[in-house]
Amino acid sequence: MIDEQSVIKVGMADLNVGIQDNIIRTTGLGSCVGLTMYDPGKKVGGMAHVMLPSSEIAREGMLNIAKFADTAIPELLNRLLQLGATRGRIVAKMAGGSQMFAFAGGNDTMRIGPRNVESCKLALEQLNIPLIAEDTGGSYGRTIEIACSSGLLYIRSVQKGVKEL
Amino acid sequence: MDVLKEVGNIGAGNAATALSQLLNKPIDMAVPKVQLLGFEEIADKVGGAEELVYAVFLRVEGEAPGNLFFILTPDAARSLLNRVAGISEVSEDELSEMELSALNEIGNILAGSYLSSLADFTSLTMYPTVPALAMDMAGAILSYGLLQFGQMGDDALLIDTTFLEGKDEIEGQFFLIPDPESFPKIFTSLGVPFEHD
Repeated sequence: MIDEQSVIKVGMADLNVGIQDNIIRTTGLGSCVGLTMYDPGKKVGGMAHVMLPSSEIAREGMLNIAKFADTAIPELLNRLLQLGATRGRIVAKMAGGSQMFAFAGGNDTMRIGPRNVESCKLALEQLNIPLIAEDTGGSYGRTIEIACSSGLLYIRSVQKGVKEL
Repeated sequence: MDVLKEVGNIGAGNAATALSQLLNKPIDMAVPKVQLLGFEEIADKVGGAEELVYAVFLRVEGEAPGNLFFILTPDAARSLLNRVAGISEVSEDELSEMELSALNEIGNILAGSYLSSLADFTSLTMYPTVPALAMDMAGAILSYGLLQFGQMGDDALLIDTTFLEGKDEIEGQFFLIPDPESFPKIFTSLGVPFEHD
C-alpha cells in the first residue's frame, strides 16, 4: 500500500521531483502528457504535466515553464541534476497525449494530444535523454504515478485498468 | 461579473425549460456561478480530476467562440436516459451504443438551447459544432476546454450552472469556457466596458 504522505502531487501545467520512497502522481491526463525522468542509480525521479507543445505560442508576460514541452523538459532535467542525479543515467517514460473527443476533420486544437507527444520526444532528443517506455494516444484519460524507489510508472485508466511501464 | 452571471442565468433558464419539457417535470436550477478559476480548481467543481463523468462537448463558433460542456454523473446520465429517452432498463456498467447516442442527443438539445439564448441576449452569433460525448476522468475531459487559456495564463473564466430535478435525482452542470478573446466581445455587446485586471 502506498503511504499517502509520501505522495507528491503534480497539477496541470506543473512539475516536481522526488527521492527514495516518494511517489509522484498526476491525475486526469487527457491530451496533456505526463513525462517522467528517472535516475536508477541515485533513485531520484521527476514528473511534468505538459499541457501544450511549444512556448512560442505563449503571450508575452509571465511564462509558466512547466506548461510547455519545450520548456518543461529542460527544467525537469535541471531539477533532477540539482537533486544529485547523473545525467548519463537518466531515462524518460511518458503517458497521455490522447484525443478525448473524436471529430470528423478537426483542427489543430483537436490534434493537440499527438502534438504534445511529438514535442516531448523532440525535447528529449535534443537533451539526449532516452525514452524507454511510453503509453500514449488513444481516446481516454490516464492517472499516472512514478515510484522513486524503482522508477516504475503506473498508469490507470477507466477503460483499460492498470498498466505498469 | 454580474453581467456575465445574468447571461449565464438566461442561457441556463432556457435550457432548464427545455429539460423540463423533455421530462415533463419542473426543473430547478442553481444560480450560475461566474468565476475566474485556476485550472486545477475547474475539475474540483465536479468532484476532482479523477471523478468519472459523462460529458457532452460542443465547440462554440461564431463571434464569441468558446467551449461548452454538459457534465453528468453516471447516475444522472442513467436517470436521464430512463426518463427522457424512455429506456426502461439502462445498462448497469457501460452504456450501449444506442444509450450513448441518446445521451449525446439530449446533451445537444440542452446545450443548443443554452447557447441560442446566450446568442440572442448578446446579439453575437454563437453556433455549436457537432457534439461529442465522452465518459472519462473529469480532469482529462475538462483540460481539453482549457487549451486556449493555456496559451495565456493559468486561470479560465467559467460559467457554471447546476440543474436539479426532484431530490437530486438528476444533476447536471453546464460549463461554458469562453475563449480569452471572447470576453471583451461579450462585455461590449452588453454595453459594459471590459476591464482586464
